[in-house]
Amino acid sequence: MSSNSFAYNEQSGGGEATELGQEATSTISTSSAFGLFSSDLKKLGPEGVWEEDSGILGLSRANQVSIETMNKIKPRVRGCDGLNMNPSFFIVSSPEMVAKGKNASELFPAVVKNVASKNIEIKKLVYVYLVRYAEEQQDLALLSISTFQRALKDSNQLIRASALRVLSSIRVPIIVPIMMLAIKEASADLSPYVRKNAAHAIQKLYSLDPEQKEMLIDIIEKLLKDKSTLVAGSVVMAFEEVCPDRIDLIHKNYRKLCNLLVDVEEWGQVVIIHMLTRYARTQFVSPWKEDDGPEDNEKDFYESDDEQKEQTGNRKKPYAMDPDHRLLIRNTKPLLQSRNAAVVMAVAQLYWHISPKSEVAVISKSLVRLLRSNREVQYIVLQNIATMSIQRKGMFEPYLKSFYVRSTDPTMIKTLKLEILTNLANEANISTLLREFQTYVKSQDKQFAAATIQTIGRCATNISEVTDTCLNGLVCLLSNRDEIVVAESVVVIKKLLQMQPAQHGEIIKHMAKLLDSITVPVARASILWLIGENCERVPKIAPDVLRKMAKSFTSEDDLVKLQILNLGAKLYLTNSKQTKLLTQYILNLGKYDQNYDIRDRTRFIRQLIVPNEKSGALSKYAKKIFLAQKPAPLLESPFKDRDHFQLGTLSHILNTKATGYLELSNWPEVAPDPSVRNVAVIELAKEWAPAGKAKKENPDKQFYSESEEEDDSSDSSSDSESDSSSGSEEDDEEGASSNDSSEESSSESGSETEEENKRTAKKNSKNRKRDSEDGEKEDENSKTSDSSNAESSSLEESSSDSESKSESESESESRKDSKEKEKKARQGRNPVTKDVSLLDLDDFNLVSTPVVLPTPALSPSLIADLQGLNLSASSPVINVSSPVFVPMTTHVLLHRMSGKGLAAHYYFPRQPCIFGDKMVSVQITLNNTTDRKIENIHIGEKKLPSGMQMHAFNPIESLEPEGSITVSMGIDFCDSTQTASFQLCTKDDCFSVNIQPPVGELLLPVSMSEKDFKKEQGMLTGMNETSTVIIAAPQNFTPPVIIQKIANVANVGVVPSGQDNVHRFAAKTVHSGSLMLVTVELKEGSSAQLVINTEKTVIGSVLLRELKPVLSQG
Amino acid sequence: MIHSLFLINCSGDIFLEKHWKSVVSQSVCDYFFEAQEKAADVENVPPVISTPHHYLISIYRDKLFFVSVIQTEVPPLFVIEFLHRVADTFQDYFGECSEAAIKDNVVIVYELLEEMLDNGFPLATESNILKELIKPPTILRSVVNSITGSSNVGDTLPTGQLSNIPWRRAGVKYTNNEAYFDVVEEIDAIIDKSGSTVFAEIQGVIDACIKLSGMPDLSLSFMNPRLLDDVSFHPCIRFKRWESERVLSFIPPDGNFRLISYRVSSQNLVAIPVYVKHSICFKENSSCGRFDITIGPKQNMGKTIEGITVTVHMPKVLLNMNLTPTQGSYTFDPVTKVLMWDVGKITPQKLPNLKGLVNLQSGAPKPEENPSLNIQFKIQQLAISGLKVNRLDMYGEKYKPFKGVKYVTKAGKFQVRT
Repeated sequence: MSSNSFAYNEQSGGGEATELGQEATSTISTSSAFGLFSSDLKKLGPEGVWEEDSGILGLSRANQVSIETMNKIKPRVRGCDGLNMNPSFFIVSSPEMVAKGKNASELFPAVVKNVASKNIEIKKLVYVYLVRYAEEQQDLALLSISTFQRALKDSNQLIRASALRVLSSIRVPIIVPIMMLAIKEASADLSPYVRKNAAHAIQKLYSLDPEQKEMLIDIIEKLLKDKSTLVAGSVVMAFEEVCPDRIDLIHKNYRKLCNLLVDVEEWGQVVIIHMLTRYARTQFVSPWKEDDGPEDNEKDFYESDDEQKEQTGNRKKPYAMDPDHRLLIRNTKPLLQSRNAAVVMAVAQLYWHISPKSEVAVISKSLVRLLRSNREVQYIVLQNIATMSIQRKGMFEPYLKSFYVRSTDPTMIKTLKLEILTNLANEANISTLLREFQTYVKSQDKQFAAATIQTIGRCATNISEVTDTCLNGLVCLLSNRDEIVVAESVVVIKKLLQMQPAQHGEIIKHMAKLLDSITVPVARASILWLIGENCERVPKIAPDVLRKMAKSFTSEDDLVKLQILNLGAKLYLTNSKQTKLLTQYILNLGKYDQNYDIRDRTRFIRQLIVPNEKSGALSKYAKKIFLAQKPAPLLESPFKDRDHFQLGTLSHILNTKATGYLELSNWPEVAPDPSVRNVAVIELAKEWAPAGKAKKENPDKQFYSESEEEDDSSDSSSDSESDSSSGSEEDDEEGASSNDSSEESSSESGSETEEENKRTAKKNSKNRKRDSEDGEKEDENSKTSDSSNAESSSLEESSSDSESKSESESESESRKDSKEKEKKARQGRNPVTKDVSLLDLDDFNLVSTPVVLPTPALSPSLIADLQGLNLSASSPVINVSSPVFVPMTTHVLLHRMSGKGLAAHYYFPRQPCIFGDKMVSVQITLNNTTDRKIENIHIGEKKLPSGMQMHAFNPIESLEPEGSITVSMGIDFCDSTQTASFQLCTKDDCFSVNIQPPVGELLLPVSMSEKDFKKEQGMLTGMNETSTVIIAAPQNFTPPVIIQKIANVANVGVVPSGQDNVHRFAAKTVHSGSLMLVTVELKEGSSAQLVINTEKTVIGSVLLRELKPVLSQG
Repeated sequence: MIHSLFLINCSGDIFLEKHWKSVVSQSVCDYFFEAQEKAADVENVPPVISTPHHYLISIYRDKLFFVSVIQTEVPPLFVIEFLHRVADTFQDYFGECSEAAIKDNVVIVYELLEEMLDNGFPLATESNILKELIKPPTILRSVVNSITGSSNVGDTLPTGQLSNIPWRRAGVKYTNNEAYFDVVEEIDAIIDKSGSTVFAEIQGVIDACIKLSGMPDLSLSFMNPRLLDDVSFHPCIRFKRWESERVLSFIPPDGNFRLISYRVSSQNLVAIPVYVKHSICFKENSSCGRFDITIGPKQNMGKTIEGITVTVHMPKVLLNMNLTPTQGSYTFDPVTKVLMWDVGKITPQKLPNLKGLVNLQSGAPKPEENPSLNIQFKIQQLAISGLKVNRLDMYGEKYKPFKGVKYVTKAGKFQVRT
């Protein structure tokens, strides 16, 4: 069929244009509007009218027509008078109409004539027009086909390509065979650009006529073998669209695609990476440990129960990553540095879905980088991070502050950031976060403020240490002026109280009072429900509330009415003496309500609670039914169930399956035969030249056999020598000729890159000869694979293992670093604001002291964190601020030699301790350097000087070999540098260890104004002042250097200074809260005066002694 | 992938449409308008909207919405990134990406869109290639074209399209060979009420303007490359060299382009060059309040801070402001409630100050939160992170180019909470 039509076109050749032209003329002349036009056409003669004619002439003629026509169709065409001379005017106006969506199809015949114009601009514009309207005017569109067919044979590749492009874009079913033929030819074109366009045309044809699928797949298969980077992206796109399930077509091209990936243009990279992600999920076994599944919460660390361990133990075969799997992961890594956000996201999702858990963390840095981009990119990236952060907090914890909200962010970005902050919240950072939330709650953007309140609620449930703090903070918010905020708080408090019903009578009373003022239905309903649930705890208030509600019943919202009914029922059951009449009154009101739900509920309740002869057995259980213990609601992230969609996809963003979404399959139990990816023959076609960009390394190294080793070394050396295209070409060739033996390559290892081409040829010919041999070898290999595979796999394993180990090591290091970074700015408590009453409601005196705190372990300091939620206008003078700098120095607690393989380090994160406000927070990192599990690590006997206290970390059940874990503990050093000694115990041993704090760590930075500083300093003179003179080089006295040096030694805050030569720092001691004021005054020459004012003279003088050498050195 | 594109101006007119596959009716944009109505302001229009038969992915740039219609699953970032690339190209060609510019150059816009996308898949997005295919409009060229009948459209395939360095065109010639690099660093910071830094980091870019003949191979090295924590590269940079030697080695595109963007590792202390003293208070039960801000230099490393502007989004209940600046001028827009104070330079002797009274709606409760101050400033001749270019070497060409490096520090998202 296709060949037929082709033959026809060949035959018709030259004469055809005339024929078609005439045909067109007759069509046109029927329309009166084109009368002038058609007569012109006749004058110009029958043969190749438009081709013979010069562009200008033809067009100016056409112009007259067009103006006339257009005046009829649409009176206002931009500037039609002045443009008569412009040849492209005619065409210009039509795309403009195309652009505006106006129907310009009447002009079709007139425009299409110009398809053969010599002027390339006009030609292109005609293409635009043609493609737009061809579907509507199919017959006329055929006029142009012959022109394209001729252009397909043009010597200029650009013309060939664009002819194919337009031809395939004309959506006219009749020409399907012509298109098919054109695509087939173009796919074998010498120019990769034309082949690229052929790949695009495949998709177009497929959407026009899906029945051509089989033939198109053949072409795709052919194009997949293409080695041009230009083609790769487009053909994979075609593959995804036409036959995404034919994964078998990828096997042979897998390694090639992996190797080409870096050099493919960015859009192609995205498509290829997404396709390879799916491929990898079907072809390789899971690199995730069986027991940790997709979830890898930190919890697993603590809770690894015995069963799981047994499983691990029982596993027969240790996991070895397929080298091809590793190849993909390694070759995509450089793309994380791409400037294109889509590429970065694609790599990120690839790592997330197919790389071992330990390697995923590398993507977080790049994703955080994307947050600097415009709002749309932020929106998408944040959604993906939100999903990731649920499963793996650790990944984004170091970047916590990057998710802080700015008041100028759009609301949708704000709420996403908030979501992520919530997911990242843990014991260690919650105090910082709560402080941050304080600011958000007061935001002018009320929607965002409400979301923040929800967030506080979620943090409260997730982190039990702060539940009460949060609750108090939320209670404070109840006196907020904004109704939305109050309503949201009520709803959240309701949920929180439901989780721990006891001892919150005061809050409930307070909320009952709110009923008078608050109007938001959800909030009113929540309060009523709460009172109903706890009616026995507030026996005096509940009936009164019911009385009030009975009065207003008719004017309430439906939601509230239902809750009034519930409340009535519950009270009737518990306190029928007082409320019987009230309840009956309410039930009567409900009976005649307009809403059927309410009538229904009324009937149901009446039957259940009011005993009568008809009521069955149920009413006996009425109390149990109404006052049953209700399970607390689970406050969950809305992103919790998003992870079953592949990240970075449209479906993930929409949280529904989008059309054409391809599921990511689960890992196979047993890997399919990896040998399908082996490529035996080197393709001859090598006219393409992949980019001169250097590849990171030769990815094929040591992948195939030991015999490759030598080859590789020579290869890589030549590779590094030549950054030119030959280098990477060679790379690829190596990939293809996986079966090359070492002899051959060693014989060639000396060859220079200039000889590259020769060499390729030589190699090829050799390969040909050796093909059969190779094939045999391969067969042999596969026959003996059972034994040899085991060998080689163990080899590979060891290599890949060591690699991954080193990688994960560096990772854990970096993670540690960044953790430290993140903890830099922790905030502390505030002695001044502590006195501010939490609730400024006079008649609720009881509440104004913090509501009963059941957990004594909780430090009161955290209450201060939420104190800002209060609306107090008094701004405190002295505030604990975040540390200026957190030094990374760790101190050895237990050396691994003395700890029998258990090593412990500690450092001071300079954050307020969550265990007690007089304690210094200490982070201990435990490492297991043995090859077996260390179990039950805990703190044993403590030998503390009098007055000192210590809050131990929770015992660690077990620590895996090579594992490391960071725990935090709090020690109250009583503002002294005395040593805290205690025993660090494991299941079998006990080690005595000591922590001696540097004096600088016994401080918390405070921020104060210069004036306050001077005032405080004035009060701390005489005995309380110590000073010394420092001599050092002038470059050490630049402000940043001084701040850095002092902040390194001591945890002090910088006081803004009005003088250039005086630097002031302020802090207070952790235990007693005495001020510690440090002044550095630069003198003439190279000297400076260091003054410390403090009540704690001992610490003051120790600090002076420590600061002096630091400032003078260097 | 990308089915159609609609350009919509801020008054909701669809002024341009382009289809790469079959035609999609304009009515699909109704879903977009619906979403736009729901979102209070343009910033909050969700970038991804799902409609019964299509998905709409949109970006908002320069008061225009670029709305693309998608029919099947596609990575949304792919579309967003591409749409931004389209807007960048318009900017590049017409000097601005505005409705007027697009309408004036509708032919070129069409030609560009046609070249950039084929069947919804990006074809040529590299500016150098596009410029060879379709020449940017200049007055001279349009005059010449109307006389000679030649056109803006090139008739051969740009060499870059096929070569392994698609970003550079062949046969570049300059009489003066120059290479300029601008190291621009931006400080992103959130400063809290008391003046301490909640969050601060430095983001930088190196923009280059390279006018060199032939095929130069450049390598740029830094005095302190370890400062760069996270870097993203223009595709021209050889990743391997950077990994091994921390040297930027590349064959540059011709003209202006962004070489790298980087983040400075947050281990380092970020020096905050300005401080703000503020006292903004609204009195309870009265319709006025006080407003007083002073800006001063801090750790400025001996350079003058210039181009300071302060932008404040005041609360909605604020009616107007009556302020006196000691320096510069201020404007307050009573509709959007945005206060802009153009300060200029800081002279340490006399710190700029803006103070006065504000009027609130009477009867309305006083705003709970004070507005945050967004500050812009600029410091010439300084890269705040301390990054220094060590040297630039050129290989592959004989001539000696003129080289220049400029450092600028700016405020990025610099916010002071009050």
